[in-house]
Amino acid sequence: MLTQSLFYFLSFLAVFSALAVIIAKNPVHSVLYLVLTFFAITGHYILLNAQFLAIVNVIVYAGAIMVLFLFVLMLLNLNAETEPQKPLYIKLAGVISGGLLLLVLIGALKTVDLPAGVTTNEPGIGLVENLGMVLFNEFLLPFELASVLLLTAMVGSVLIGRKEA
Amino acid sequence: MEETLQTIQSIPLEHYIWFCATLFVIGVIGVLIRRNAIIILMSVELMLNAVNLLLAAFSVHHGDPSGQVFVFFIMAVAAAEVAVGLAIIVMIYRNTGSVDINIMNKLKW
Repeated sequence: MLTQSLFYFLSFLAVFSALAVIIAKNPVHSVLYLVLTFFAITGHYILLNAQFLAIVNVIVYAGAIMVLFLFVLMLLNLNAETEPQKPLYIKLAGVISGGLLLLVLIGALKTVDLPAGVTTNEPGIGLVENLGMVLFNEFLLPFELASVLLLTAMVGSVLIGRKEA
Repeated sequence: MEETLQTIQSIPLEHYIWFCATLFVIGVIGVLIRRNAIIILMSVELMLNAVNLLLAAFSVHHGDPSGQVFVFFIMAVAAAEVAVGLAIIVMIYRNTGSVDINIMNKLKW
């Protein structure tokens, strides 16, 4: 019972702050609301007993990526006054097409037969130990490729961001 | 361990699907209605997170850890994407003095 009310509270919090992200005029407020959304999603991971993902979500998303966003916003000195706005009818068209997409998603997924309940009796799959075993046994090559990708991204962004490029 | 299983089972998978679909659509709307390139990147992050949560929910409900490994890879790729994207935005700001996507139409034919 507590779990369910926690689920609905976290869902409401995530949807509310996600809406605030795209509505807020000041980009700094958007970043802060996005951090709130990420924390709500972290709560969902904890509810799912996916502890590794919860920790990584806090460290990588709410920590590193959002600090990067905030840093760039501060660097470019963006605020509510310099915020470019789309005309109202384009915004309306965007909201309507997004709502239509939601309708299509719900309509497509409403008739899907989901298997009832958990098919396993092993709830500890989200722990670091189990995920590490899977990661380094089945997914070793993609894991190494991801490290190469991160290195490439780092070198690339340094090259792009250099002042005397 | 038994009660953890019951806790997870007490929330049906459909609710995760509706919630993640809503979050994804909010991200899509953000991409459509904003002109600030940084906010658009943030909306893309929102979409990625919706999909991540759905992958994790399916993975837990099916007892298959591969889904959570995929989420890990998506996070790594998203971090790389954000680093390069923000570098590009900073360079565009240096050259044009704005992050408005309406003036970034130089690749139009």
